[in-house]
Amino acid sequence: MTDGLSPPMMNGKRAGWRAFDAKPGAEAIGLGLALLAVIAVFSLLSPRFLTLATFDSIAFQLPELGLLTLAMLMPIISGGINLAITFTANICGLTLAWVLHANGGSDAGILAFLLGAILAIGVGTGSGLVTGLVIAYTGAHPILVSLSMMIFLRGLGEFLTRGGDISGFPDFIQPLGHGSLIGLPVPLLILMVAVAIWHVMMSRTRLGFSTYMIGSNIEAARYSGINTKKVLVLIYALSGAMCAIAGIIMVARFNSVRVGHGESYLLITVLACFLGGVNPFGGFGRVLSVVLALIILQVLSSGLNLLGANQHLATALWGLLLVGVMILRWVSGRLGLIMRR
Amino acid sequence: MAVAAPQPQDPTPVLSLQNVSVTFGGVKALQDVSFEVLPGEVQCIAGENGSGKSTLIKVITGIYQPAPGCRFTVAGQSVQTMSPAQARSAGVVVIWQDLALFNEMSVAENIGIEAVLGATPRLVDHAAIRRTAENALARLGADIDVDARLSEFAIAQRQIVAIARALVREAKVIFMDEPTSSLTRTETNRLLDIVRTLSAQGIAIVFVSHRLAEVLEISKRVTVLRDGRLVGVFESAGMSQSRLTELMTGKTFDQSVKAADHAVSPVVLSVNGLSRRGDYAEISLTIRKGETVGLTGLLGAGRTELALSIFGMLQPDSGAISIDGVPLQLRSNRDAIRAGIGYLSEDRLSLGLIQPQSIEDNLVLPVLDRIIGRRLISTRKKAALVARWVSDLAIRVGRPVDPVSTLSGGNQQRVAIAKWLAAGPKLIILDSPTVGVDVGARAGIFEIVQRLAHEGLAILLISDEVPEVYFNADRVLHMAEGRIVGEYDPRRIALTELEAAVYA
Amino acid sequence: MPKHVVPRLLRAHPTETWLVIVLAVICAGLSLTTTQFLTVANVFNLLNTSSVNLIFAVGLLVVLIAGGIDISFAVAASVVQYVAALALAGIGGGGWLSGLAIAALAGMTLGAVNAALIHYFRIISIVVTIATFNIFFGLLMFFTHGVSIYSLPEWWTRRAVLFEYQQANGTWAELTLPVLIMSVCVIATWVLIRHTTTGRQLYAFGDHPEGAKRLGINIAAMHFIAFGWLGLMAGIGGLVQVHYAQEVVPNALIGRELDVLAAVVLGGARLGGGRGTVLGCILGVFLVSVTQNGLNLLGVSPYAFKMIVGAIILAAISLSSAPLGQMLARGRQRWQS
Repeated sequence: MTDGLSPPMMNGKRAGWRAFDAKPGAEAIGLGLALLAVIAVFSLLSPRFLTLATFDSIAFQLPELGLLTLAMLMPIISGGINLAITFTANICGLTLAWVLHANGGSDAGILAFLLGAILAIGVGTGSGLVTGLVIAYTGAHPILVSLSMMIFLRGLGEFLTRGGDISGFPDFIQPLGHGSLIGLPVPLLILMVAVAIWHVMMSRTRLGFSTYMIGSNIEAARYSGINTKKVLVLIYALSGAMCAIAGIIMVARFNSVRVGHGESYLLITVLACFLGGVNPFGGFGRVLSVVLALIILQVLSSGLNLLGANQHLATALWGLLLVGVMILRWVSGRLGLIMRR
Repeated sequence: MAVAAPQPQDPTPVLSLQNVSVTFGGVKALQDVSFEVLPGEVQCIAGENGSGKSTLIKVITGIYQPAPGCRFTVAGQSVQTMSPAQARSAGVVVIWQDLALFNEMSVAENIGIEAVLGATPRLVDHAAIRRTAENALARLGADIDVDARLSEFAIAQRQIVAIARALVREAKVIFMDEPTSSLTRTETNRLLDIVRTLSAQGIAIVFVSHRLAEVLEISKRVTVLRDGRLVGVFESAGMSQSRLTELMTGKTFDQSVKAADHAVSPVVLSVNGLSRRGDYAEISLTIRKGETVGLTGLLGAGRTELALSIFGMLQPDSGAISIDGVPLQLRSNRDAIRAGIGYLSEDRLSLGLIQPQSIEDNLVLPVLDRIIGRRLISTRKKAALVARWVSDLAIRVGRPVDPVSTLSGGNQQRVAIAKWLAAGPKLIILDSPTVGVDVGARAGIFEIVQRLAHEGLAILLISDEVPEVYFNADRVLHMAEGRIVGEYDPRRIALTELEAAVYA
Repeated sequence: MPKHVVPRLLRAHPTETWLVIVLAVICAGLSLTTTQFLTVANVFNLLNTSSVNLIFAVGLLVVLIAGGIDISFAVAASVVQYVAALALAGIGGGGWLSGLAIAALAGMTLGAVNAALIHYFRIISIVVTIATFNIFFGLLMFFTHGVSIYSLPEWWTRRAVLFEYQQANGTWAELTLPVLIMSVCVIATWVLIRHTTTGRQLYAFGDHPEGAKRLGINIAAMHFIAFGWLGLMAGIGGLVQVHYAQEVVPNALIGRELDVLAAVVLGGARLGGGRGTVLGCILGVFLVSVTQNGLNLLGVSPYAFKMIVGAIILAAISLSSAPLGQMLARGRQRWQS
């Protein structure tokens, strides 16, 4: 007996959101239009916007954010959240850095790099695994579990680096962060592959299907034969693995690792998910729409950068944008209810 | 068997409404309904889903405003409109099915919650609240620790706490929405004792219930609503369940025994000496191919626990389960599903189906294996599967991508059944399959059940309602306090005898 | 209805009892392995340094009880520090009373922003406070250019000793003003949630918002009071932190919110609302600070603190969550009636 108007202060799912779980076509069109609008506005504001250089910078910056957003996506759709993504990426980058340093630093060979990368992915997947295990088997709230993991990883990172920067990596890493293949930046290619995999996984595999069901009602999913514990563990493990890839790319891009790097990305990934139509309570959301939303945000970010906007002002802007998107969803939810009457 | 309430001397109704009409955007939820409650009486409001029962209560408590022309009379005084405040001062209290209690607070604070309400902040007198709570519980003859947290108690005790809270709010009429749906027999009896006590103290109780047997047992009068109109107010004594069903649905149902012999069919399910401490003990039963075995008994008998054990969700302590002669090691329900067992949960809304998700997704949930092509889900196979079952079970859907919550109760249940059938089970356990399904739609569900049995499916039909198992099963097992205490052949025993045995 | 054999204390307050035991064990262990732990100076020092966190913690406790979460309060405290510094300079210095008043007002305003977004637009609190965290921080850093303020009114930075005690070895153990302010905040919160109708309504609302609404509890009031109280505590905490550090640094408090949240959750408050006590809060905060203090005395690198604390919290959260409690309760129910 709900009237759909009770405040959703962390409790349960509310009917009002369904109005916004729009048809894929409508969603994509809406986002596409928004993207065009943003591009148009910035083109007017700055003559240097619609240039190859801008596109280049967007194309190179997008991947880290994109990979982290993919890492955030599955947990949110499953009805949870992974607040540890940025520090997981850090730790994975650190792992890579440590392996490289232990094998000669800037003189390290490709083998060392491969070993480091594999280890980094292992670390990322491992921390995701632990998070998933705790959530699945103790039923603790994903916010708390991922938050504690975040605190732990941050502490671990600071302990290992004593708060400083780690740099001095071999040159062959450069192309990974700054090179191009078939005309497209390498990181972007990696992101595209990841998006393709995620898209297919969410829309056409048993894992993806189960994720949506669990997000809507985990108990009912269990009764219908879904191995909910296994799925939850996989979701967070994959999230961790994706963070690892993001971390590796960040090492290649910045040629250094510092704990806390990319901290501000957390908000943007959440923003991209909600802007892309993911239901905050779980159960609904499309990979491609989120990617579109991500592109919009990246274009915004690059545009602001170009205009010389202050870094901190940009941070505040993201916050306002997140609030704005949520308010819009509320408005459209109310309109939907009103129209249905 | 009607509760013998003391005949109230004062015939002035506590509350009475005349000519209540409520319309919601074109739909007439209530049309010209009249209703009254006499002091100290025990009454029931009976009606199908959509008959207007909850709307009526919401009008009485002032949540909905009726169309003009309605007359309210409270304790003899005429009242213009009903507001929540007025309902309160009239002594109307509603105990909704979810009880609206606070699990993390103590019993005392739940009962005495009135004392902490109000906009102006005041200091709380914990001792006074405790006393109020203890007094209220004493009035009900209940022994519950007031300092304990509410979450420590089972639903039966929580209900008593809810009633105690109503007493503290000086109720003159207490409306109870589906109060007995989760109670065991003993607990139901305790509740009835409390009801009798309250009735003797001059407090009227109005039940809203769909459980026809109890409706007739508890109340003195029954108000029947159908499609928003008042059918009539009847004396419970002498009323039968079938007559009541007729009044509620406007249809007569031809109920005949369908039991048949299946002794020559191979055994599908064999359960031997299954025991689980605290739930059931020494359960042995067999179900053959094409056979429908009914399992009935009062709540608390352990039927659902037994069903969940057969379905692999509750591990038994000892005993064996086998399908087609093959003994099973069920570590989870996935093993059971793989072995060919399906389970239709009694809680369709939160366990049986995933309400916000689409009809087609719900349908394919247990059978993802069948729609996976090489490694990926094939949209073609999915659509084919969905189409087949939708037509097979005649499910009335708008589009398969619509959320399952847009369907009626009966159609939702068909989706729930379809999803288990899609898995091609050998045995299907139907746990209270008609709860929340209109009396009219129930016949359709049982037609499906019959057809399935015909096609060779072994069926375990669990139901509270004895007539349901009597008219639809080949054999009826009576379970009480964790044991199977009787096995009956519907062809050899009359319904009333069976009911007497079960309700004894 | 048979009464339980298990002692009332353990049943009604399992987390607090558990925490007291763990804390006692840790304290015992530390007093045996280090000579400096169980000294008056160390104990006073612990109290002094835990004050700010405890003030934040009791504020956050109220929000958690009401069923929400807030990770923006540390940034809000930083904003209040700056605002207070500027405002006090504007009124020619002021004193503790005017300082506290300004801090309280500024803090409650920021809390009200959160409450308004959550209440009027039905946005869940984690999302709102992630947003306001960034909005407050971004604007703060933008307007201040990251510059710290060193010249502050004398009353604010002068060390105020409440109570001194000379130890056997000649050194003085001092209990400072923050402890007093902290005690007032803690007691006020305790009175609020335990002994006022408003506080009880907060518990009810956090436990079952729908039920609370049906009883006629004012939902807007619940949101504004909960986040307003946290804002108030954040403001006061910020003020006290400046007193401690003797300067206003815009990003000094960043990251504190997670440690405080962890401590409060350790103390028994849960994300779903309806649960939590001031005592649990105190125990949670002290458990974390005693652990850090102990690690410090044992010579463990300060960088290891966060890691160890994070691991402890992860373990504690895994062990203390609902299903375990539910399983125990269900087991108990089986033996009843």
